[in-house]
Amino acid sequence: MDEKQKLEHFQHKIDNGEKIEPKDWMPDRYRKQLIRMMSQHAHSEIVGMLPEGNWITRAPSLKRKLTLLAKVQDEAGHGLYIYSGTETLGVCRKDLIDQLLEGKAKYSSIFNYPTLSWADIGIIGWLVDGAAIVNQTMLARTSYGPYSRAMVRICKEESFHKKQGHEIVAKMADGTPEQQKMVQDALNRWWWPTLMMFGPHDSDSPNSAELMQWGIKLKSNDELRQSCIDRTVAEAHAMGLEIPDPDLEFNVETEHWEHGDIDWDEFWNVIKGNGPMNHERMKARRKAHDDGRWVREAAEAYARKKKLRSEKAS
Amino acid sequence: MKNDHSTDDTQWPLWEVFTQKKSGAPHEHAGNLHAADAEMALQNARDVYTRRNEAVNIWVVPSKHIVASSPEDAGPFFDPANDKIYRHPQFYEVPRAVKKRARSRT
Repeated sequence: MDEKQKLEHFQHKIDNGEKIEPKDWMPDRYRKQLIRMMSQHAHSEIVGMLPEGNWITRAPSLKRKLTLLAKVQDEAGHGLYIYSGTETLGVCRKDLIDQLLEGKAKYSSIFNYPTLSWADIGIIGWLVDGAAIVNQTMLARTSYGPYSRAMVRICKEESFHKKQGHEIVAKMADGTPEQQKMVQDALNRWWWPTLMMFGPHDSDSPNSAELMQWGIKLKSNDELRQSCIDRTVAEAHAMGLEIPDPDLEFNVETEHWEHGDIDWDEFWNVIKGNGPMNHERMKARRKAHDDGRWVREAAEAYARKKKLRSEKAS
Repeated sequence: MKNDHSTDDTQWPLWEVFTQKKSGAPHEHAGNLHAADAEMALQNARDVYTRRNEAVNIWVVPSKHIVASSPEDAGPFFDPANDKIYRHPQFYEVPRAVKKRARSRT
């Protein structure tokens, strides 16, 4: 088969809903786009541990502490599933991690905002993870097999993340005036960055058309954002919380909540590395990596010693 | 893949992980991970792939030992099975009455 036939066959498989597997032929651009998207996704899971890990020692009860520990551990697992998937495209995991540590790789802009109070932990679970689920439910049907399988696994675990956050938010929204104020304040701070998680409007998203043609993405940024808003507004109102958008309005014809303008200057600024926590996150990530060096070296030395011993014995 | 560096603090070898959901079920591919040795591969596999009792047993295999058939040759490779429909029960016709009796028994 020549390139053109291969490409046709490839597109035909995708249009038929078949999955592309690591050893299948794929266009270079498909491979590149996936490596870019999946590695950014994996990095996001890993960096996402930092804002929450910040609150483990200050969780208000043992139950919340256990939950938060389990959740942060899950995020590490999610990062590993997706790094695994990315490696099937022929990249080396160490290179991906080096790119992150050197500040050359991107990760979700949402993690460059600070977690100022305990209510932020609830809001991250309910709102931010809720938004992530909208995106990840779509990605569970993506055309690349290893990515899709990792997403199926992740979606199952994310529903625990969202629910534990929802419980925290609902408890606080139903609590003392101080708690109510605290949780409303957290929602006010996280609402707009959460809407930005879905990326620029479709008209400003140059990659979207190609990603959708290849079945990597099945819905556009704006569609995903809308579905997240519709779901969240109903839940917020049920808890007596106010969405910090004076222009938010329900359109009876389309049955969608229409939001006000998103501050895209802020979005691009954070993406470029100037968000409130970009510097701090990378510093913490590099420190964790450096502090773990002796463990990695010790494990390797131990494995070498054991191998040598068993070779001598035989 | 560049998995066999010899310097310190580098990437550990890659292992494929297979998990058995319950006793009697087959082992299925769950994903892969990096580990310095087999023991660590098993422990990491437990922590990465079975945090919610997803398995009763785990296999780990160094990825470099996996040999896979190639998708491009799938046609000729699986060809020997293509024209042997007589290997399937649907190929055969049996008298109707016998079929019925078989069904009423189950």
